[in-house]
Amino acid sequence: MPKHELILLKNMMQPGYTGSLKDYEKTGGYQALKKVVGKVQPADVTQLVMKSGLRGRGGAGFPTGVKWNFLPKDYKGPKYLCCNADESEPGTFKDRQLMERDPHQVLEGIAIAAYAIGAESSYIYIRGEFVLGAHILDKAVAEARQAGYLGKNVLGSGVTIDVWVHRGAGAYICGEETALLESLEGKRGLPRVKPPFPATHGLYNKPTVVNNVETLANLPHIVNRGPEWFAAIGSAPKSTGTRIFCVSGHVKHPGNYEVPMGITLRELIFEHAGGMRSDKKLKAIIPGGASAPFLTEQHLDVKLDFESVAQAGSMLGSGGVTVMEEGTSMVWAALRLMEFFFHESCGKCSPCREGSSWLTQTVRRILAKRGRMEDLETLKQLCQNIAGRTVCAFGDAEVAPIMSTLQYWRHEYEELIREAEAHREKELPMAAARH
Amino acid sequence: MLKEKHQKEIDDIISRYPVRRSALLPLLYLAQREQGYVTEAAMKEIAQILKLTPPQVYETITFYTMLNLKPVGKFHIQVCKSLMCALVGSDQLVGWFHAKLSIKPGETTPDKLFTLSVVECLGACGTGPMMQINDDYYERLTEQKVDQILADLKKTGTCSLKSGPFMWPEPVGGKK
Repeated sequence: MPKHELILLKNMMQPGYTGSLKDYEKTGGYQALKKVVGKVQPADVTQLVMKSGLRGRGGAGFPTGVKWNFLPKDYKGPKYLCCNADESEPGTFKDRQLMERDPHQVLEGIAIAAYAIGAESSYIYIRGEFVLGAHILDKAVAEARQAGYLGKNVLGSGVTIDVWVHRGAGAYICGEETALLESLEGKRGLPRVKPPFPATHGLYNKPTVVNNVETLANLPHIVNRGPEWFAAIGSAPKSTGTRIFCVSGHVKHPGNYEVPMGITLRELIFEHAGGMRSDKKLKAIIPGGASAPFLTEQHLDVKLDFESVAQAGSMLGSGGVTVMEEGTSMVWAALRLMEFFFHESCGKCSPCREGSSWLTQTVRRILAKRGRMEDLETLKQLCQNIAGRTVCAFGDAEVAPIMSTLQYWRHEYEELIREAEAHREKELPMAAARH
Repeated sequence: MLKEKHQKEIDDIISRYPVRRSALLPLLYLAQREQGYVTEAAMKEIAQILKLTPPQVYETITFYTMLNLKPVGKFHIQVCKSLMCALVGSDQLVGWFHAKLSIKPGETTPDKLFTLSVVECLGACGTGPMMQINDDYYERLTEQKVDQILADLKKTGTCSLKSGPFMWPEPVGGKK
């Protein structure tokens, strides 16, 4: 059983907890909202969140309070809050659990954030496939509105906080915040050039904050128990609080585990997720969703906080930890991820649109034992010409699996190519003559 | 057509947004719910409702994989093939469907009951191999489960194996 106190998953771990408004209120739900709405200045709520050190749980890890603080202070027109529930980073499945099992915790977080930034309208952009999640949220919004926690006159304070659930329709890129805004405006989900940032020109060109589900779900607890309490959890000063790590792949007990940031990969995989599923050794780990470069068993003692994982050459990202056992072909694994990125590239920037296709075809050829040694150089060059040359971070993400597998398992690529060369010499005498 | 039948729902959807175009995806879902896919007539009508041109509607649909421009079977089986599911056997799952229904990804059974698609990550990586059939998730699949699901769907149109509110691992002592 967990040695640490659970924060976000605590309610749903109680036997019989249904996630209804009644159940949520029984656990102290909406007390945080009552504490702040109409009683605490919105700017002070932002200060509180800044003090807690809370950073975005969606992938980039940007400090939440700082993001809110970027909104123009004296702006008179409408501002918007978007809850990013487009959970689609392969390896990540925490937001679904937060929304389906304890929707009011998320809604209370949204209400607090909307109050802090002065947004009268908030949209929950949920990925289209989560039909059940959208349904549960819809019901929860209606319940909360009925009870006066949301709507035109929240808790009699005169503050308006309206929330709507908006379903996406199956596009990974819509988890990127500006693509999400485009999609919410009813367009193709193409990321926007930044700057200007959503803080000044967001939804409908109005000041907008986009926060991840898990980020928002933390807010009621920060308000209730204070920023100092929150900042003391985890790996101070830069990675405070807990994270819900989603463990998948070849482990005995895959699933969501909420732990303080700063525990090691070894603890997460072997203590929480029960270790490897068979007696095969661990070979590779993706520590933060498909966009994060692969790590090896050498990295098992890396701490799971933003800085330590970055130092190890990867990123904490969305908290999706995928474990692969000995015997898994890394070329195959890289190809699977590459196919994902090729399929999901939105097509706006040429390096990513064309590059993802080239990368996929080249790795596919190597895996099919038709590759050439010079393909490895081509892969490297392609990666260098994609990363950092696109409008959004997708370009950097899509080269991660190739670059990192080439770094640690280059010999697997080379073996496949050597086999290919042996074949080719038999099939095509001319090819042999070239050497 | 849509308008006559769903005027109230359409008005409610449009009222949520300060800009009409934002109602596009919800209205397309409405059209798809009606007919299983988005017809040309529906596209034109939605364009009219939202004061858009038909190409604006069409260009948006083509970006999103969940909107069908062609009819699909009564049950649209979508198997996740991304790495996390592939590690625990999603290719095998596709193979089972191929063996049981004699269709390959992208095909529909002759009785128009089942369409098989292979899709990218559905966000259920800890409970793979998994698939979505219409609105429902089915997770931790085995060949026995697949047999039961297909039989139940044929017989009753639904299956008790579909996922409820997600939680994994389940809370100790309380399987709900």
